[in-house]
Amino acid sequence: MILKGKVHKLGDDINTDDIISAKYLVSTDASELGKHCLESIKPDFVTQVRAGDIIVAGKNFGCGSSREHAPLAIKGCGISAVIAKSFAAIFFRNAINIGLPFLESQDADKIQDGDSLEIDLSGGIIKNLSQNVTYQTPPFPVFLQEIVRQGGLMNWLKKNV
Amino acid sequence: MPTYSASASRSYSSKRNYIRDKKDIKPGEFIEARVDLALGNDITAPLAIEEFRKSGAVKVFDNKKIVLVPDHFAPAKDLRSANLCKILADFAKEQKIVNYFEVGCMGIEHALIPEKGLVSPGDLVIGADSHTCTYGALGCYSTGVGSTDLARAFVDGKCWFKVPATIKFVYKGKLNKWVGGKDLILFTIGKIGVDGALYKAMEFTGPAIRTLPMDDRFAVSNMAIEAGARAGIIEPDDITLKYVKEVHNVHQSTVHRRGLWTNLRSDNDAQYEKIHEYDVSKLEPQVACPHLPSNVKPVSELKDIVIDQVVIGSCTNGRISDLRIAAKILKGKKAKSGLRLIVIPATQKIYLEAVREGLAEIFVKAGGVFSTPTCGPCLGGHMGILTEGEVCLATTNRNFIGRMGSPKSFVYLSNPAVAAASAITGRITHPEAI
Repeated sequence: MILKGKVHKLGDDINTDDIISAKYLVSTDASELGKHCLESIKPDFVTQVRAGDIIVAGKNFGCGSSREHAPLAIKGCGISAVIAKSFAAIFFRNAINIGLPFLESQDADKIQDGDSLEIDLSGGIIKNLSQNVTYQTPPFPVFLQEIVRQGGLMNWLKKNV
Repeated sequence: MPTYSASASRSYSSKRNYIRDKKDIKPGEFIEARVDLALGNDITAPLAIEEFRKSGAVKVFDNKKIVLVPDHFAPAKDLRSANLCKILADFAKEQKIVNYFEVGCMGIEHALIPEKGLVSPGDLVIGADSHTCTYGALGCYSTGVGSTDLARAFVDGKCWFKVPATIKFVYKGKLNKWVGGKDLILFTIGKIGVDGALYKAMEFTGPAIRTLPMDDRFAVSNMAIEAGARAGIIEPDDITLKYVKEVHNVHQSTVHRRGLWTNLRSDNDAQYEKIHEYDVSKLEPQVACPHLPSNVKPVSELKDIVIDQVVIGSCTNGRISDLRIAAKILKGKKAKSGLRLIVIPATQKIYLEAVREGLAEIFVKAGGVFSTPTCGPCLGGHMGILTEGEVCLATTNRNFIGRMGSPKSFVYLSNPAVAAASAITGRITHPEAI
């Protein structure tokens, strides 16, 4: 799958309270959650996102609570993928399980806010169209690739029981 | 599958897996495993139930191995929270979930579940709540997962895991008065950072851990997630076994397994990714400053911080010994005029003990409020939300931007003794100053 979008750059340790504040956890609806994505730390974030845009962040993205509402809010506001230097473990599995595309890349620092990226998810290739460079990310483990390929954990389960 | 040699050098988590499944696991490997307990709360379980229904499943894998606790926004803080709580109640009724805890029986899940004897040393536990790592204090491999993971466990009782490498933390020396489990874990997170144990299991040991009472151990394991860890394990010892036996005796009817692996230990030559040794004999109470749990300073460096609110409670420090420490300091004293003191026992049992022992009276006479069990303010749910510019000292576990309300408020984290002392003075205060 090829994804294309403009970069919204974030820092290190973006936590799930940053991504979706607890006061909105009374909803389980992705589009409703999406309206408040990153509101506490970037009040204008949602209004600046166009469908398909990409979040690029530093280390430990998604640390904190287990709320799956966080990857849902990111999906719900139109973000197509997240690239970070590292992901917190629960966010990592939530993203896999609900099918939010993401890549771990040590080159995340080199990507600037507003850059245009083209991502080849299966190949783990990030093309920075603005800087005219390509970054290769390590491939996902086979087990996880399979869950992603089936469209998330519950679909994978249906085919593997 | 690769196996280790006869002298297997297994850390605690690898060894519990080996004893159970007769299979060696290696860090980095992906495995599927059957869980002993799967839990969810009023925020995470509704999503899991939605996914469970979408999957076409009609019956949960085992109605005794699922725990549902409405604790985050309960007693329901508003209409939408009431709807979430009702989803849990209806599902519990429909699926005959034995361990559903309605308001009145309910407590903060990570205090309630050990107290009810639902977790035993060696258990594999998942919870759609990040602080599920708390039961590592009993020698469980317990870890936080998402709602879809929980939904899948509802269906077939299994979960996928990436086997973590283990980092060992050895605490040497005898702890000072007013220093406890909360200080050990804050100190550690301060040293290694909020991703210092990312994807790893933390194993806590050494003389200072071995003499630590159970409630303090829960506080240590509880915050392993704040360093990014998948688990925070303390090998079971006599203190663990005494606790487990006591709760099991009280809750014969609900205990589905009993301390199977009471002799479970890491191998002497277990392989660790890293070993950190700390001499904690001179450690003073620790405080995490805004806006990360790793932004830790000794309490004596924060004398000038003026506070508007003190919260004593949560899955980290809402246990009876926490309330006893706070009451000891607050007895016969008043909270600073204009400061809000909010005390929240973590479970109904703790609530009742606090009433019987006269602790509740001490808090109320000190000008505090004594609340029904709830996660409430810890996550900015209800019962003590901060407005712009306000500062809170809490015995909770996170101090992210906006965690307890306004993105322009400030949360400091400490042990209950520091929280109680600071409630009296209105500034962050060392308990010895009272």
